Amino acid sequence: MALTKEQIAARIARELREGYYVNLGIGIPTLVANYIPPGMQVVLQSENGLLGMGPFPFEGEEDPDLINAGKQTITTVPGSVFFDSAMSFGMIRAGKVDLTVLGAMEVSDSGDIANWKIPGKMVKGMGGAMDLVASARNIVVAMMHTNPKGESKLLPACTLPLTGVRCVRKVVSDLAVLDITGDGFVLRERAPGVSVEEIREKTAGRLVIPGDVPEIQV
Amino acid sequence: MNKVVLNAEEAVKDIPDGAVLMLGGFGLCGIPENCISALVAKGVRELTCISNNAGVDDFGIGLMLKQKQVRKMISSYVGENAEFERQLLSGELEVELIPQGTLATRCLAAGYGMPAVFTPAGVGTEVAAGKETRQFNGKEYLLEMAFEADFALVKAWKGDTMGNLVFRETARNFNPLMAMAGKITIAEVEELVPAGELDPDLVHTPGIYVHRIFQGRDYQKRIEQRTVRKK
Repeated sequence: MALTKEQIAARIARELREGYYVNLGIGIPTLVANYIPPGMQVVLQSENGLLGMGPFPFEGEEDPDLINAGKQTITTVPGSVFFDSAMSFGMIRAGKVDLTVLGAMEVSDSGDIANWKIPGKMVKGMGGAMDLVASARNIVVAMMHTNPKGESKLLPACTLPLTGVRCVRKVVSDLAVLDITGDGFVLRERAPGVSVEEIREKTAGRLVIPGDVPEIQV
Repeated sequence: MNKVVLNAEEAVKDIPDGAVLMLGGFGLCGIPENCISALVAKGVRELTCISNNAGVDDFGIGLMLKQKQVRKMISSYVGENAEFERQLLSGELEVELIPQGTLATRCLAAGYGMPAVFTPAGVGTEVAAGKETRQFNGKEYLLEMAFEADFALVKAWKGDTMGNLVFRETARNFNPLMAMAGKITIAEVEELVPAGELDPDLVHTPGIYVHRIFQGRDYQKRIEQRTVRKK
């Protein structure tokens, strides 16, 4: 069985460590916040100018001045701090953020990522994604392994305009957990009941299978 | 020294057709609502707008787009505006999409008197096309120029008659950066107080950067994505 979006988020949450500063992108990455292990202190960075992002506000307590990078109403937590956009990207550029999780349309086996533009179709813009992938030390991508037509999104080279080059370190898809090394996608874990053969078939980029591949604990 | 003006109409009255404007805000959070309304009423055209986003169809910069007052947008993300997308695809509107940190830093550079900065954002992508690059410690960077803007329009929570500004929560975003970067900076504030009332230790933007300030009115402060949890 392929993982659900929630299960992808839960698996990514196992990459968190005590004291991490973390930037979560829009979509599946946002869900990672729901799976921070109890008792672990992780500080969420929102690139519009907040460290210490809390949960959504209770109904009636929404504050229009307090939003996240997805423009959703949010709250603060004890120890939160606000800053301007230059400082926000300053801390990102300076490598202060320990883990960045974002979505992707395509990832290549050398760690290139495309997630901001489909020529002629979608022209929304890159937002902060190019800054994040250019500077973050530890980038995990949350994505579906294939597109709705069943075609692989893990490619030898991206076909869409790039967001960044040689930057993605790990991919958690609905089918597998893969590290990106100099050798390509290294298959570390597979979704429960999903065979190595199926993953091989659905991965167009170079795939390395290092012996035994355990199932993802869900 | 008299920086205080009566209202938005007076503050923007000399903004001409073809001006290059900066507008603070992230989404609809912290946008200069009063100045935008005054520009719509004034009908000034052929504007270049530097702003992280382009508002929504019926609010923010979207109001100026609807009146076809904008010739060019320089933004990082424009996903929430159907009219914007229509004008872009039809070629009526020129758009330069740039990374959000690059946008912020090009404002910062202008306000700090630096002509350009090096950033890794966009290396190896179409953003790098035609730009000078340089290696530092084995990593490649792009040379990005400081912005030059005729007017910066910013929104603060509180301001004093000297032009000192204090922002609130995530409504700060690009506002202090653009305040530093405009040749003429216009600040609209929710509460205008006499000089001496703001704690000097807690001012975010020193008044030297602000040329005109006024007490704004009728703030809508629209929420783009109302997300809540149950009690």
